[in-house]
Amino acid sequence: MKKRKERIDRGIKVRSEDIFALTSYREMIYLLAPRALPVVGLLLFVPLFSPYWREIFISTAIYALLAISWDVLVSVGLISLGQSFFYGVGSYVAGALNHYWGLPPVLTLPVATIGGAAICTIALLPVLRLRGIYFSMVTLVLPLMILRLVEATRIFGGTEGLTGLSPFPGQLTEMYIANACLLIALFGFRRLLDSDYGLIVRGINDNDRAVMNAGLNIHWYKTQILFLGAAVGCFAGAFGTHHDMFAGMPGFALDYSIMPIAAAIVGGTGTFAGSVLGAFILVPLSEILRALGALRIVFYGLFLVIFVVGIPEGLFHYIRRKYHQFERWVDVE
Amino acid sequence: MSGAVPILSVQGLLKTFGGVTAVSSVDLRVKKGELLGIIGPNGSGKTTLVNLISGFVKPNGGEVLFKGKDITGLPPYRIVGMGMARTFQMVKPFYQLPAFKNLIVPLCSPRIKAVLGGRYGDRDAIALDLLEEVGFERDSNVAYKPAGSLPQGYLKRLELAKAMALRPDLLILDELFSGLSLAEVASIVPIIEKLRFQGKTIVMIEHRLKELFRIADRIMVLNFGMKIAEGAAGDVMASEAVKKAYLGSEAG
Repeated sequence: MKKRKERIDRGIKVRSEDIFALTSYREMIYLLAPRALPVVGLLLFVPLFSPYWREIFISTAIYALLAISWDVLVSVGLISLGQSFFYGVGSYVAGALNHYWGLPPVLTLPVATIGGAAICTIALLPVLRLRGIYFSMVTLVLPLMILRLVEATRIFGGTEGLTGLSPFPGQLTEMYIANACLLIALFGFRRLLDSDYGLIVRGINDNDRAVMNAGLNIHWYKTQILFLGAAVGCFAGAFGTHHDMFAGMPGFALDYSIMPIAAAIVGGTGTFAGSVLGAFILVPLSEILRALGALRIVFYGLFLVIFVVGIPEGLFHYIRRKYHQFERWVDVE
Repeated sequence: MSGAVPILSVQGLLKTFGGVTAVSSVDLRVKKGELLGIIGPNGSGKTTLVNLISGFVKPNGGEVLFKGKDITGLPPYRIVGMGMARTFQMVKPFYQLPAFKNLIVPLCSPRIKAVLGGRYGDRDAIALDLLEEVGFERDSNVAYKPAGSLPQGYLKRLELAKAMALRPDLLILDELFSGLSLAEVASIVPIIEKLRFQGKTIVMIEHRLKELFRIADRIMVLNFGMKIAEGAAGDVMASEAVKKAYLGSEAG
C-alpha cells in the first residue's frame, strides 16, 4: 500500500476575520501567536543578549527598516536599487541638524524622517513615471552621484563627514527605540496594505492602466508610497547616524542598498514580516561568519543561494503556508 | 436641453503613429441616451479612437468635447471623474485579487464620492451587488475566487462591472463580446439594455454585427482610420464603401 501526503487548509484561516476567533482560547492563541512573536522577541527576548550582540541586533533593526522601506516601494511596483540614498539623506539631515544647530535626537529623528522623505520624494519625482528597470537604474546611480558630489564640493565635512554627534542615552534605550519603531513600521504597513488603500496600491503594481481607468490618479498614489517608503529609510539613516555618532559618505555606500534587498528576498516580499525575518537571519549570520575570516563572503553567498534556490517564494511565505495547513499521510490504492 | 448639446462630440480627431495614420479627422456625435455602434475591419482604428476619447492616447489634432467641455489631452482619471467610463478589449483584471475585490478600486474613485455624496455604505456589499447585476451568481462562490482563475466570460463581465462601478453617464465598451460564446453574448445583452433603460449613453465597438445591430440606434463604420459610413444599420450595410471595406475592392 502506497501512502501520500495530504495537505488541508485550516478552516480558521477563512473565519479568522470574524467573531468566531473569540469562541475558544485555542483559536485565539492560533491567531495571536504569530503576531505576538515579533513583539515579545523584539521587546523582551533580544534585550537579554550581551552588549556585543545587542549592538548587532540594533544594526539588524536598521537593515530591517531599510528592507521594509524597499518592500513598501515594491508594493506599488517601484524596484529601488538605492536604499542607501534614503539612508544617506536621513543620516545627513539628522547629522547636520545635530552638528550645526545642536538639536537633540528627539528632534532630529522626526525632522530627518519627514524632511528627508520630502527631499527624497522631490528628487525622485521626475523618474516616478518610469517603470521597471529605468526607475531602478536611477535609484542605483543617485547615491553614487551624491557620494562624488560630497567628495568634490567638500560640503558637510567632505570626506571627513560630520563627527561627534550626540549618542543615545544608553544601549538599552537605543535598542528599544529601534525595535519599537520597527514594530510600528511592520504592523502599520501590514495594516495599510490590507486596507482598501492597499488594494489600490497593489492594483497599480498589478495593472496601472486599469487603476487609471478607475478614475484614480496613479502618480499621486505612487508619490504617497514613495514618501512613506523614503520616510522609513530616512528614519533608519537618522537613527544609524546617532548610533554611530557620525554622518558621512559611508551612508551612501552600496551595503545599505544590497543588504535590505537580500533580506526582503530571503524573507519573502510583499508582507513586510518577510523583510524583518530576512534581516534577522542575514545580519546575525554575517556576524557569525566573521570567524571564517576571508572565506566569510563565500559562505555568506552560499547561504544566500541556498535560501533563494531552496525557498524561492521566501521564508515567510513558506512558514505562513505551513502554519495554515494540516499535513497527514493517507493511503492510496 | 440634453438634446441640444451632444454628450460626446468629436471633431477632426487625428492620430498618427510614425508614418501610419491610425485615426484620420474623424467626426463623431453621440446624443444623450443613445447607443452608438462603431464597426470596421481589423486595424481600422476603432480601439485607437476609444483610447483617444478616454485619454489613454493623446491626439495629434482635433478636439473631444464631453458634456460640452473640452477634454482633449486630459489624463484618463480626470475624464473618468467627469462621468465617462470604458472597458478594455484585452480585459485588465487584478489577477491575484478575488473578483469582488477588483471592484473596490473603482469604488474608491473620487467619482463615486462625487456621485454618492460620501454616503456610500459597505464597499464590499456594493461590489457584490454589482457583480450580481452582471451575472455572477449570488449563491455560488464565483465572486470570491481570484480573478486569475475565472474563465473569459466572467472576466468580460467583471470588466463591465468595473466600468459600471464608476456610475458613468457615458459608457464605452470596447469589443465586450469578443471571445464569448453565443449564449454568453445573449446573457450580456439584457444587461446592456437595462443600462440604456437607466438612461446611460453607450458607445459599443463590436465585431459581432448581428448582436450589435439589434441593440444599436446608429452605426458608424471606420476603415483605415476614416469614417466611411454612418446611419441606421440597414443603410450602412447597404453602402458600397462598407461592402468594399469588408469584402475588399477586388470582390466588387
